[in-house]
Amino acid sequence: MKLAYWMYAGPAHIGTLRVASSFKNVHAIMHAPLGDDYFNVMRSMLERERDFTPVTTSVVDRHVLSRGSQEKVSNLITRKDKEEQPDLIVLTPTCTSSLLQEDLANFVKRASEETSADVLLADVNHYRINELQAADRTLEQIVRFIMEKEMKKGYSPEKSLRPSVNIIGPFTLGFHNHHDCRELKRLFTDLNIEVNQMIPEGASVYDLKDLRKAWVNIVPYREVGVMTAQYLHEQFAMPYVDVIPMGVSETEKFIRQLTKAFTEVYGSDRLMAETEAFQQEKELEFEAYIAQQKQYLSQSSWFARSIDCQNLTGKKVVVFGDATHAAGMTKLLSREMGIDVVCAGTYCKHDADWFRDQVKGFTQQVLITDDHTQVGEVIAELAPSAIFGTQMERHVGKRLGIPCGVISAPVHIQNYPLAFKPFLGYEGSNQIADLVYNSFSLGMEDHLLEIFGGHDTKEIIQVEGAQASGIRWNEEASGELAKIPGFVRGRVKTNTEKFATSRQISEITLEVLFAAKESLGA
Amino acid sequence: MKSTAVRSMRTYAVLPTQAEPLPLAFNMECETGNYHTFCPISCVSWLYQKIEDSFFLVIGTKTCGYFLQNALGVMIFAEPRYAMAELEESDISAQLNDYKELKRLCLQIKEDRQPSVLVWIGTCTTEIIKMDLEGMAPKIEQELGIPIVVARANGLDYAFTQGEDTVLAAMALRCPTEVPPSPTDETNQVTTRPKLVLFGSLPNSVVKELTMELAKYDIEVSGWLPGPRYGDLPTLGENVYVCSVNPFLSRTATTLIRRQKCQFINAPFPIGPDGTRAWIEKICEAISPLSPTLQTQLVNREAQSWEALKPLTDQVQGKSVFLMGDNLLEVSLGRFLTRCGMQVYEVGIPYLDRRFQESELRLFQQTCEQMNMPLPPIVEKPDNYYQIQRIRELAPDLVITGMAHANPLEARGIATKWSVEFTFAQIHGFSNSRTILELITKALTRHSKLALIG
Repeated sequence: MKLAYWMYAGPAHIGTLRVASSFKNVHAIMHAPLGDDYFNVMRSMLERERDFTPVTTSVVDRHVLSRGSQEKVSNLITRKDKEEQPDLIVLTPTCTSSLLQEDLANFVKRASEETSADVLLADVNHYRINELQAADRTLEQIVRFIMEKEMKKGYSPEKSLRPSVNIIGPFTLGFHNHHDCRELKRLFTDLNIEVNQMIPEGASVYDLKDLRKAWVNIVPYREVGVMTAQYLHEQFAMPYVDVIPMGVSETEKFIRQLTKAFTEVYGSDRLMAETEAFQQEKELEFEAYIAQQKQYLSQSSWFARSIDCQNLTGKKVVVFGDATHAAGMTKLLSREMGIDVVCAGTYCKHDADWFRDQVKGFTQQVLITDDHTQVGEVIAELAPSAIFGTQMERHVGKRLGIPCGVISAPVHIQNYPLAFKPFLGYEGSNQIADLVYNSFSLGMEDHLLEIFGGHDTKEIIQVEGAQASGIRWNEEASGELAKIPGFVRGRVKTNTEKFATSRQISEITLEVLFAAKESLGA
Repeated sequence: MKSTAVRSMRTYAVLPTQAEPLPLAFNMECETGNYHTFCPISCVSWLYQKIEDSFFLVIGTKTCGYFLQNALGVMIFAEPRYAMAELEESDISAQLNDYKELKRLCLQIKEDRQPSVLVWIGTCTTEIIKMDLEGMAPKIEQELGIPIVVARANGLDYAFTQGEDTVLAAMALRCPTEVPPSPTDETNQVTTRPKLVLFGSLPNSVVKELTMELAKYDIEVSGWLPGPRYGDLPTLGENVYVCSVNPFLSRTATTLIRRQKCQFINAPFPIGPDGTRAWIEKICEAISPLSPTLQTQLVNREAQSWEALKPLTDQVQGKSVFLMGDNLLEVSLGRFLTRCGMQVYEVGIPYLDRRFQESELRLFQQTCEQMNMPLPPIVEKPDNYYQIQRIRELAPDLVITGMAHANPLEARGIATKWSVEFTFAQIHGFSNSRTILELITKALTRHSKLALIG
């Protein structure tokens, strides 16, 4: 048993549901007790989703506990098949159902005989893997399932004529994923590369069979998509690029890797000379693009060199988040902004080696933990001038008076912005530069205010107000008044005094306070 | 065996049954139970704030923890007095000793926080692996010297607010018992008025308002379950009348009646001016009948309250509302909104204890007759999918629903109000009736104000 107040990554079934509900026309059925469908709330509230979340629960209640689910799960599967007519139904076990050890695979088998949809049992172990690992696994499972089905039918599509890619990984409730996708697609359009498919967000499972048309797979996030890319590599020899295009340098590296990958595919059935010509042409084209972006279009490299940013030199920061964003930020801050990353950390304990390797040479200390109190302690000890972390680090920052920029999930609703705010690609670099600069300049403002004693005049106004009224509050009533939250207290006070004056009451008691509240509706 | 039979007879005797003239005419249905609600462990969020010296330990998995931290949003950052005892694979497979593990965690909490009471919340997982929380608690309680209350607030058996019911039922057993006056002490027996204990967790300011309201009719409240501190638990016993302020506390009521032998007052709930008046009347009926003067005063009080609400009731008059059901407040809300002139299309509810809500249902029925409205169907364990089909057909002016459905319904042009807000807002008593209507009108006016932007 572990005493826990907060966690960075959720339980496994959340990852499965995030992947399943990212696809178009896929319905997930959770085998779970009442109240476990909290995922629907998160999707509907955080993503402000207009559609009903395609997740239904086959409720595990006392009855199921004693007699087993029996027909219940299969019936719900066939019912949802008729009602929603999905392409695929994913039966999702939860921590509760995995304890019951019911033969869910058998339910799936039985139900799928009657459904027109495909039915799949998500293969996730709740006590061993977390949300992100489960998402990676589920995506691979769905892709593999469709591919194997199509292979049996002998389906084998041709590669596209022009260089093309699949983007694997962006999904629902992902940190700025929608914006990243748009930015990546723009990047590929600029580079004259077709985007064959993007999965799972907005994709159709029917189309998955045509993933093979693309030349190369792109995995922009470390957490979700790597397993799928590896599967496609092993099965169909599709190369993949897993450099995360975050920051100007990494975006460059990403584009250069693309050249290599394309050449590999191009060269597989062509003569050496022709392949070399292709590679040269691509290299020229891509290098020209990189140079143009760097010199003229992307603002962040110039911004980092501009005089105002001299102040950032040697500033100490702590970075913490998922592996993708924490590694990306660490490299960007250290290499592109000249900032001193005193500690870089991630809660993706399962991917610690990759993370260490990525941030090697860019930070003084590496922290691998999923215990937020430990992160808080490290921050307090190092006392950086800014933090780049999750919502939890933002709160640590608030407590310690250190500014924080949010760079990674878990996040709140404000981190699902309406405006275009990618973290990847060239526009992503601009966005990050703003974020970094604003975090520091706010910190500077605070610092100056402290030095010059602030300019808060609230106290004075309040004293004047009190003198003007001349009505006495008895102890009980003023005690009650003090409990009213600060931001409405003033209004309640004035209203009650007005009420008392109108009734010629000179002393405000608890009775008067409540009577006034009722009459004025304050 | 014999004593239980006697006890349960007492139980029935205090509930209004055959004596009532009209049978309830509601069309009560039961659907598939496929609906969205909060897990009952969410009760820790308001109970830890209410009982200031408590510490709530939820014994469950990552799923429970994830729900709590997301559902309770920012509260997590204010050093909450609740935590998860997160079960790991070794706990599930019984490689570790539950008893030792729990004792270790509780000791740590004791050292860090020094609470006056530890509340263990059992979850689905502890049910399934049959962890004997009730058996372990007394031992660890003795070893640590802190009372440990066990409540099984799991999603296998309960919905949302029923979590509070399981905690209060467990706490009811911890209340001190009244020492019965000895037969020789004759003077006492004549002068002792029956005591009144109210149960249900309400914010302290609402507790004060309701207590003061009752005092106007010569009723003194001798205690609340729960009080602001664990040490404030009320004294219970045969001479104590108990009455609920919330419609989801049927287990607590049963415990008070059967185990603590209290006299139960079956009343509508003090939600809306109509409910509040009926609640006061039922209490007075049981304890000290109202004098004609006080009766007039109470009737006037209700009338004034309605008068004050008029600007708001005017806005909702003639509008229709559909309650999808997730927090058990639905019958009381439906009754109040009917009285405000709204037409209630459907009352969805997770669970309906007809005996416990008897008076409330009766008041609802009367209200419908009085307002000349058809009785709405009451749908227990609703199916959200079917409900959405009905909502499409009926096109109500407002749907009161959980957060999973609010945005999708709004996107389909249907005004919604989050049901959860009724659980957390102050809605009890005469003056707070305004809050309910403000929540409703906010949803309606916003919807019509923004109608132009499409």
